[in-house]
Amino acid sequence: MSAVLEIIDAGLAVSVQDRGRTGYRNIGVPVSGALDPVLMAAANALVGNASEAAVLEVGLSGPSLKALSGTVRVGLSGEMGAQLVNTRGQVLKVASWQTATLFPGDVLRIGGVSHGVGYVALSGGVQVAEQLGSRSTYLRAAIGGVQGRAPGVGDRLQCDAVRGDPWLEFRARAPWQHDTGPIRVILGPQEDYFTHEAVANFLSRPYAVTRDMDRMGLRLDGEKLAHNEKGAEIVSDGVAPGTIQVPANGQPIVLMADCQTSGGYPKIATVIRADLPRLAHVRPGDALHFVAVSHTEAAAALRGQVQRLAEWVGTIQSFRPPGVIDEAALYGANLICGVVRGDEWNLHGVNLQSGAPHG
Amino acid sequence: MTTELAHPPARLLSVGDAAWTVEFGNAIDPVTHGRVLGFSSLLDTLSNEGRLDGVVEWVPTFRSVTVHFDPLRTDAMVLRDLLAELAGKSGSLSAAGCRWRIPVCFDADCAPDLDEVATAKGMARDEVVCLMTETVFIVYMLGFLPGFPYLGGLPEALDMPRLATPRKVVPSRSIAIAGRMCAAYPWESPGGWRLLGRTPVRLFDAANARRPALLAPGDQVVWQAIDRGTFDAMERECAAGRFDLSSLLTEG
Repeated sequence: MSAVLEIIDAGLAVSVQDRGRTGYRNIGVPVSGALDPVLMAAANALVGNASEAAVLEVGLSGPSLKALSGTVRVGLSGEMGAQLVNTRGQVLKVASWQTATLFPGDVLRIGGVSHGVGYVALSGGVQVAEQLGSRSTYLRAAIGGVQGRAPGVGDRLQCDAVRGDPWLEFRARAPWQHDTGPIRVILGPQEDYFTHEAVANFLSRPYAVTRDMDRMGLRLDGEKLAHNEKGAEIVSDGVAPGTIQVPANGQPIVLMADCQTSGGYPKIATVIRADLPRLAHVRPGDALHFVAVSHTEAAAALRGQVQRLAEWVGTIQSFRPPGVIDEAALYGANLICGVVRGDEWNLHGVNLQSGAPHG
Repeated sequence: MTTELAHPPARLLSVGDAAWTVEFGNAIDPVTHGRVLGFSSLLDTLSNEGRLDGVVEWVPTFRSVTVHFDPLRTDAMVLRDLLAELAGKSGSLSAAGCRWRIPVCFDADCAPDLDEVATAKGMARDEVVCLMTETVFIVYMLGFLPGFPYLGGLPEALDMPRLATPRKVVPSRSIAIAGRMCAAYPWESPGGWRLLGRTPVRLFDAANARRPALLAPGDQVVWQAIDRGTFDAMERECAAGRFDLSSLLTEG
């Protein structure tokens, strides 16, 4: 069964994203997709979705969503909380790394992301139309998302209604923690366009995150990376998210999910897949350190991350939120059974014996 | 064997842990590009036969092909060896794509840089338009923006550097030149190329899943001059989705 949510506040820098749009980079279409696929998978896992179901990525502040029809379970990941305002006017706090279930008329106000990106997963995924094999939004060419754009006030998003018990919520034991330490890169494809000193500086000096960052790229500021006699321009060739290009000014730019498919600046290195999601959470002024690794180390890091995410998903447990008492079920149970057995309620993690009418 | 020996071996370059660039040369020329097309064509064949497990897609450029793969499904070094071996035997393919005749309006409001280019080159306006419409351009690659074609073959007489200060807004469907290249902007965007005309034809349509980009690497393009009235009429037809793009295909 489907459910519908209405956007009643659009938030800031909110877009529909999924795993991204592959298969069209040969005609210049960026891959796009979630800046942090790990957190996207985490939010999806909370609501029982496949890891790459389409979600709302929140870059600055979250949207407010009102359930119009059907019950919708919403999962939050990232440093981002929310408030659920139900039809009785109660205001319930919803922490990140857990779900909140909306009945028709309920409103979920999602707050700001304290840094980086957060994700809002809906039961069954955000069901906007796929374009070129993906729901990911690429604004410049108006591909994907809600008719090629960000969700706006009055837009209605379709998803699936909750299957099973709508009074259960889910939460992980602890927030997901990304790896710490230097950002791992593989040198190339054009490390031979830089002086030896530049490569050494790149791998030893700090590079500060500037304010100039978006879904296309992240400009860094640090010790100038000097090009050698080959110069600061090449005949354009392929790039990927994570690629670090260095224009003539010697300051590196890390390309992100919406980056173009090819570029004409020499590229000193590329951030490995396992570490690229971390760059979705950096703040202006943060100092980045880079370390070169081999393909073998990169593959091991990625497999390790997949394993660790599976373990994290394994810690997700259901709970009954305190304060949300299923009155209809209580009365219904009484009509049928005459009494409410305390052990039934304990099974759901909340002891309602003292409050039950016949307890 | 002779074709193998005629070519210098390709270089394999890392683009992180999820892509390899197979580089055939450093220059923009038909010989290097022929190897790009030959290699891409071999990858097409192998992929259709299901023999490129873990390869996600590949991006041909002027001089190289970047092969994106899923590092959880294929070992990077094993794929590297396979790509190197394939690059050694893929040979060359001459540009053998479609041939398009695409209408372009060269009137002043569609071509804000045409007079300046003519003056700089000591030519009359019409002479520039003649050079633009007599040339058979070759699509080398698509990049920069969805559906943005880089066309080679611009006559040396029109070789101009990019604008010193790029425009903040290039109107969509502008035809532009820079150096020895020509291009067409499918989208409104910033840009530093010189604008010599505008086509009413949509160069990218995401709703057309089978061929979202009008042009493909290896295609040939001839610009056909149209007057402003024809441009306006065709623009309305295109916007309404009534324009038959296949009418732009020509023989040979």
